[in-house]
Amino acid sequence: MRLPCPLCGDRDRREFFYQGAAVTLDRPARDAGDAAWNDYLHNRDNPAGETRDLWHHEAGCGAWIVVHRNTVTHEVYGAELAQKAKA
Amino acid sequence: MRVQGKGLNANGAPLTFTFDGQEYQGREGDTLAAALLANGQRLVGRSFKYHRPRGILSAGSEEPNALVTLGEAAKQDPNIRATTQELFDGLEARSQNAWPSLKNDVMAVNDLMSPFLSAGFYYKTFMWPKAFWEKVYEPIIRRAAGLGALSGETNDDTYEKAFAHCDVLVIGAGPAGIMAALTAARAGLDVILADEDSRMGGRLLAETYDVDGQAGADWATQQIAELNAMENVRLMPRTTVAGAYDQGTYAALERVGHHRADRTGPRECFWRIVSKRSILCAGALERPIAFPNNDRPGIMTAGAVRSYLNRWGVAPGQAVTVFANNDDAHRTALDFIDAGVTVAGVIDSRDSAHALGDYPLFKGGQVIATKGRHGLTSITVEHSGGTEEIATDCLAMSGGWNPTVHLTCHMNGRPTWSDNIFSFVPTEGSVPNMSVAGAANGVFSTLGCLQDGIDTTQRVLVDLGVDAADVETPSAEDAPYRIEPLWQVEGKGRKWLDFQNDVTVKDIRLAALENFRSVEHMKRYTTQGMATDQGKNSNVAALAVLADATGRGIPETGTTTFRPPYSPVAIAAMGAGSQGHGFAPERLMTSHHATTSRGAPMIEAGLWYRPSYFPRSGEETWLDSCNREVTMVRGAVGVCDVSTLGKIDIQGPDAAAFLDFVYCNTFSTLKEKRVRYGLMLREDGHVMDDGTTACLGPNHYVMTTTTAAAGQVMRHLDWVSQALRPDLDVRFASVTEQWAQFAVAGPKSRDLLNTIFDDEIDNDSWPFMACGTVGISGVQGRLFRISFSGEHAYEIAVPARYGASLFGQLTAQAEAMGGGAYGMEALNVMRIEKGFITHAEIHGRTTAFDIGFDRMVSQKKDCIGNAPSRREGLLDPQREQLVGLKPIEADGKLTSGAHLFVEGADAVRLNSQGYVTSVCYSPTLGHDLGLAFLKDGPNRYGEHVILVDHLRDVRTLYEVCHPVFLDPEGELARG
Amino acid sequence: MVKLIAKSPCMGLLPKTIGAVDLTEVEPALITLIAPFAGQTKAVSAALKDALGVSFPAPNRAVGTGARAVWVGMGQALLMGANCPDLKGAACIDQSDAWAIVRIDGVDTSAVLARLTPLDVRDSQFKRGHTARTLVGHMTASITRLGVHSFEVMVMRSMAGTLVHELEQAAENMAARATA
Repeated sequence: MRLPCPLCGDRDRREFFYQGAAVTLDRPARDAGDAAWNDYLHNRDNPAGETRDLWHHEAGCGAWIVVHRNTVTHEVYGAELAQKAKA
Repeated sequence: MRVQGKGLNANGAPLTFTFDGQEYQGREGDTLAAALLANGQRLVGRSFKYHRPRGILSAGSEEPNALVTLGEAAKQDPNIRATTQELFDGLEARSQNAWPSLKNDVMAVNDLMSPFLSAGFYYKTFMWPKAFWEKVYEPIIRRAAGLGALSGETNDDTYEKAFAHCDVLVIGAGPAGIMAALTAARAGLDVILADEDSRMGGRLLAETYDVDGQAGADWATQQIAELNAMENVRLMPRTTVAGAYDQGTYAALERVGHHRADRTGPRECFWRIVSKRSILCAGALERPIAFPNNDRPGIMTAGAVRSYLNRWGVAPGQAVTVFANNDDAHRTALDFIDAGVTVAGVIDSRDSAHALGDYPLFKGGQVIATKGRHGLTSITVEHSGGTEEIATDCLAMSGGWNPTVHLTCHMNGRPTWSDNIFSFVPTEGSVPNMSVAGAANGVFSTLGCLQDGIDTTQRVLVDLGVDAADVETPSAEDAPYRIEPLWQVEGKGRKWLDFQNDVTVKDIRLAALENFRSVEHMKRYTTQGMATDQGKNSNVAALAVLADATGRGIPETGTTTFRPPYSPVAIAAMGAGSQGHGFAPERLMTSHHATTSRGAPMIEAGLWYRPSYFPRSGEETWLDSCNREVTMVRGAVGVCDVSTLGKIDIQGPDAAAFLDFVYCNTFSTLKEKRVRYGLMLREDGHVMDDGTTACLGPNHYVMTTTTAAAGQVMRHLDWVSQALRPDLDVRFASVTEQWAQFAVAGPKSRDLLNTIFDDEIDNDSWPFMACGTVGISGVQGRLFRISFSGEHAYEIAVPARYGASLFGQLTAQAEAMGGGAYGMEALNVMRIEKGFITHAEIHGRTTAFDIGFDRMVSQKKDCIGNAPSRREGLLDPQREQLVGLKPIEADGKLTSGAHLFVEGADAVRLNSQGYVTSVCYSPTLGHDLGLAFLKDGPNRYGEHVILVDHLRDVRTLYEVCHPVFLDPEGELARG
Repeated sequence: MVKLIAKSPCMGLLPKTIGAVDLTEVEPALITLIAPFAGQTKAVSAALKDALGVSFPAPNRAVGTGARAVWVGMGQALLMGANCPDLKGAACIDQSDAWAIVRIDGVDTSAVLARLTPLDVRDSQFKRGHTARTLVGHMTASITRLGVHSFEVMVMRSMAGTLVHELEQAAENMAARATA
């Protein structure tokens, strides 16, 4: 498996650390309430198909990236820096 | 036997080898199989289950029968296919699965039992009693059934792993693959041409076809030479592309050393090849026909029989017969007649068959019986003119050819049934960016393959936006294939499908009868296709039999799943380089050499190696050393390398705000040249890590992390700064490796440091939790007055190049002052005495509240984990919280991991009040003590609890107390 | 009066010649990690250019010969072989002792690296002046191409022994193939 780092180009999957769904980019406010926080921390979709998830180019440039890919076909559509991404 | 003047290696040098101790002669360029056949050795192995005598079936990696063991003892390599093993001088091969000898194998008695050993036999027979499976049945079956074995000893052979990258990977170097590689290479692309054979050319090496007016093998050699001369082409012979994976990644196994007598250098190399496009030109595999007793040595596939003659000059028999359902197999008869070997007849199941040369043809014929215990002697043929027995010692059979579609199925693709060739062909697009050409694509004539190789590659060039290459199609034969299906022949006797796993037509029918009608169920019930050859010879025929037995067509019956690897890959190759010290990188402190030369046993801390203790003469156990080191630090001074702790340099206008956000307590109030303890939460409110952070100057901090969590914290800081708070202008980088850092602890710590500092320090200039720069013989170091032992202590850091030297100075000075170096055991005891936590306590399920640090979670600001740490369940007094444990009984044992119960309660899970996380013997206090988590702990000081450790069979009464056992006011550290 | 003696990360391990590969330690010179603050990259680059003649490198690039600037990650570069000028717009962090640096020369260098890194080091893809953060074995590393058959590999200082061991093993495997 290879992932397209926006800075380094296509790289082997073993250079990356996998985190999870990119929804964690949208962090609730401190006073958002337990429901919002529980949802943020624990509830995830389990898509068969397109997904956006977070990877850290840990053995590379150190960038956190959002990868747009497909869990069924394994196709990788692209990636962007988490710094610039929206949940 | 050899045929004079035949074979591509006709002039090969003579080589000596042994098989089962018997010495033979072969010649350079032979495979072991070719050399055995040249010596008339037809019996080469025993089958897996019935121990049936078996011979060489094929001439390639699909071989099910001719598996041998090479090498001795630790270096023994089992299950080597004689059909791919290149001969070298002095090669020693042994047969497998036979005792006492290949010819007289006592386990052949299994064959007589075969009526009772049919498909599903194990499932039906070895069900009861249940306990017998592990103790009785399995060992017996394992001994009786099997392949070669490993020695059980450590093998120090070298294997390697490597990566390769290219634009186009061509898999297979037959006519299609050669033209594909030429076409891509001439267009200027980076090409890798991989072929599992030692010599490239594919079937051109095994046939007598001409290409471009010259012998096919010569033509192939010329093209390979041209490719080899091109800078943008990499030829990879002896390399099997074994798997296709995501984003153009392929696994391949290269046999590097198996063909050499000299065992230095790697045996195999496991490649990961990354390619924009791949072109599969893997050819086709011939399938046997399931007729009665079709497994006798001497019965081979027709193409293989031709290979032995044309490539190696070997006639596998003196009177050859052919049994086929297609025109292609007739070439075997023609080639043998041409070589002057008797062809006793061609039996063709088709009524429409025509003789292509001067040999007896039995139209509409079938082989209904065979004879010969250790090798074929005759066959019985039933044909339109009657029945007759024909003397023959080599029967070349062909049920047609199956395109080698395996790799196209590695990403869940399914092949498509073709009624033109009565086999499966690849389904387009099964593997992204993989094209298929030649016989693998169902194109069987030589000209067709050459043309398909070019055309397919030209289409790839268009896709890649590369100008078409100038390639002419060579002239070659273009004979039609002409096949009519023939899967099985009725008659008395077993009709073998999977030779290696001993699966017959009857087994498949039984599976269908017992309602294992799904192809996947049939496979598992009969073990069809589950041997090391993965059913390369037999799967399609087995499907046809299942389809027939269930009254369905073959396409409806479907296929099982082809998974990687295409052919076996040794675990040693995949794990290359990972034996022993290669398992993981070793991080060594600058004090490592000095430490090990003092005899300190090292323990792993993540990738780091740290000393357990520094033994001195007269000390018999680790505890002796540990007790002495603790007493030494508390009484004088000790030195400990703490360089392994993570150190992160943090700078920027918003550095303080960033620290406030990642730590639950406040750092923006930290003054310059001061250090503060910090607690870091995860976003879910649980503790991630702790450490100290020092303010070195305006907007400049250095954070320390625990050794274990250094990587995790760095990743977390990257996450917070990039994804959550890109608004904060802060930059940071690891300086763990830049600084060698040593803890100097004990009442004499300052005295020791003053012996090496350029300028003396005192309590006023360096109070508790101060930090700053110091000079050591002109080298600028950093000094932090912090303590993990509770003693008056410092950590001194110098650039790592001076680490070894400083450690030497510090320990020498310490020893002169009645102290010395101390290790992890003493460090652990001292931190438990002080109630300081480590990851034994902050193990991922504890909160700041649980460890008594709830008030550190500042409510004046947001931080990671702030709101979630206030959630209702996380502040419940009934949560298990940190306490100390001290003994009531003088010799009561205290064990880590034990659970706590109230007196009188049953020691069962539901009654557990908590658990012990850290224990030690405190030489300072003279008894054991421990840290534990206990429900409502802080309100239960003075209560008695029973500690129960079911694993170690320990029950002890303990008293709950405050977790700080020593110097609760912290006066020592400030002194 | 004490005297502190400096030790290089690969002291006692290098140099070595194995087959067609030379392994030499690049002695730790001055190394400063420079990370420009928000919006400061251009200004920092100009200041560097002014002071030392090298600019702040683009991602995956290394510039300069005497004083060199090697990109080592998002928004970070190492200034090597020169004192870091006073850069107001950047975090400047001394890493002179943080790295074990090995130079690999010889015709088999690409083949040796191909045994250790998933990075595509083909001449056409990874040219002189290209650098990358990637893996060498299981170690995070920085690889820079210095010439046709010349690379510089950097790993954490504490892993110097493992780096040398892995390079040796790969070079020995290549040498064994050459004699086969």
